[in-house]
Amino acid sequence: MIDILTVLVDGLLYSSWLFIIAVGLTLIYGVMKILNMAHGSLYALGAYMAASLAGSWLGHGYAPLGSYAMLALAAVIVGLVMGPLIERGLLRFMYGKDEILLLIVTFALFLILEDVIKLIWGVDPFFISEPYGLLGSLDFAGLSYPAYNLIMIGVSLATGLGLIWVLQYTRQGKLLLAVIHDQEMSQAMGIKVNRFYLITFTIGAMLAAIGGAFTAPTVSVVPGMGVEVIVLAFAVVVIGGLGSLPGAALGALIVGLVRSAAVHYLPEIELFSIYLVMAMVLLLKPQGLFSSVEARKI
Amino acid sequence: MNRVENTFRILAGVLAALLAVGPFLPQWMLFLITVSFGKGLVVLGLMLLLRTGLVSFGQGLYYCLGAYTVGSLGLALGVKDAFLSLFSGALAAAVLAFILGFLLANYRGIFFAMLSLAFSMILYGLLVKTALLGSTDGFNISVPTFLSLNVSGRWVRYAVYSLASVVIFLAALGLNRYSKTAMGRLSPAIKDNELRVEYMGASVRRAIHIKYVIAATLAGMGGALTAVTVGHIDPELAYWTTSGEFVFITILGGTGSVLAPFLGALIFESIRSFAYEYSPTTWQMVLGAALLLVIFFLPSGLWSVFKTRPKGA
Repeated sequence: MIDILTVLVDGLLYSSWLFIIAVGLTLIYGVMKILNMAHGSLYALGAYMAASLAGSWLGHGYAPLGSYAMLALAAVIVGLVMGPLIERGLLRFMYGKDEILLLIVTFALFLILEDVIKLIWGVDPFFISEPYGLLGSLDFAGLSYPAYNLIMIGVSLATGLGLIWVLQYTRQGKLLLAVIHDQEMSQAMGIKVNRFYLITFTIGAMLAAIGGAFTAPTVSVVPGMGVEVIVLAFAVVVIGGLGSLPGAALGALIVGLVRSAAVHYLPEIELFSIYLVMAMVLLLKPQGLFSSVEARKI
Repeated sequence: MNRVENTFRILAGVLAALLAVGPFLPQWMLFLITVSFGKGLVVLGLMLLLRTGLVSFGQGLYYCLGAYTVGSLGLALGVKDAFLSLFSGALAAAVLAFILGFLLANYRGIFFAMLSLAFSMILYGLLVKTALLGSTDGFNISVPTFLSLNVSGRWVRYAVYSLASVVIFLAALGLNRYSKTAMGRLSPAIKDNELRVEYMGASVRRAIHIKYVIAATLAGMGGALTAVTVGHIDPELAYWTTSGEFVFITILGGTGSVLAPFLGALIFESIRSFAYEYSPTTWQMVLGAALLLVIFFLPSGLWSVFKTRPKGA
């Protein structure tokens, strides 16, 4: 039985990672109806920034535990710089246009950001593995896992619960729900929709960067690391229903467990098991698992 | 003089010019043009979809499938004939598109775009894990033969180039004719308002299914042509960034003319071969910026610059 337990634990760990990378994508889509193809690049930016900051922190010989704060700081910086830059500098000119055109615009953005990363950080890989090993490891069900995984789960839970709290229990969150529900009407009621777009996109960018920053210690930070992320995140988001937070969580769980099962039992199909699940979900429930039927607008 | 005939003359003129100039071009240029034509075929199909209001971020699926069909036939049966290769590549793509079309014809907008992307990633995932077909490295394809013709040495490249020229001539002409038929004319109608098309009694689903298969067939042929020309194939052909390139060229060229995809692909490939040489780390950035410029300032593509006729004339 140890096998199944391993599959479950691995699946959950992978799910928490998937949720972090997908939640920003679904948030931005839910509010702005933009499927951000540059999401993966923001993820990569977060990872690079984290590698630089945490690297120089450790290089100066400060307390190693502080490197976790550096990871978070990197994500905040990337979000605060890139979010407003992209939203104010580019996307705001495109509001009201076709969703598909916006998809292509963010694809252009993806192409640009990929090279910006190469220009700033060069093409050599970065390794910042110290935070990963810092906490030692935990024994669970006869296997040992790096304790760093707890941080990933914590970050994932914190973002998910935090977003739900903001949306359900704060004034700003409720206003945002109104914007999601009917953008024109809320504007008529005096809600500054443009400001909410700016804030949403900044938070979404920050979430992508958080994903990258906290993944950085577990992988080598290389050019192109964000290219696959967008496809994965999209698969997760689409399974749950685009724009739905619980949907993203469920999608992450399904994809995480399926992939972990595939890795353990049928490694040949690991790469495409995710997309297979996605195709099957869409076949049965075209709008994803957590979506309401929308009235057809002529 | 009616416009259909006019298009035929222009296309025939281009074909004649291509065939005549070919023997005097250096090998690298023949190679560049042939590869561009392969991509242009994919883009031609994407243009048909774009005219219908659909963007596929997964044409790499059929591009790759076409190429791997050629490769597998070569490996398994020793097929080297260029004609047979192109045909089988196109056929394989058409069959797969016919099956996937039942699912995809239900989707529009970003769902259509991203679902097709996911399908291409499935193929990518499969190929990467298939050791028999070389996994991530792919494999080489032997030099093509041409029916019973005796082509060898430096003339092989010219032969492939000529074949490509004839193929794009037929494809462009066919698509132009098709766009004048009742089914073809549904494209802009579906783009404008699907509901009205349904009210008029046409099936939008069926129309999209058919157009999807046509686009895939062209992409499969493009992939087969690329395989024959380059002589090497790998799973990258199905990766989503390859499909992104095709979307890029489609937007660059616009939907104004059946020649635009080929011209767009030629420009793209030329710029790329130089950019790789001189600024390998910034060339994607240039592409992205160009794409944004086209979207903002030339919404109907580069082709609109050459267009003298007012829209709708």
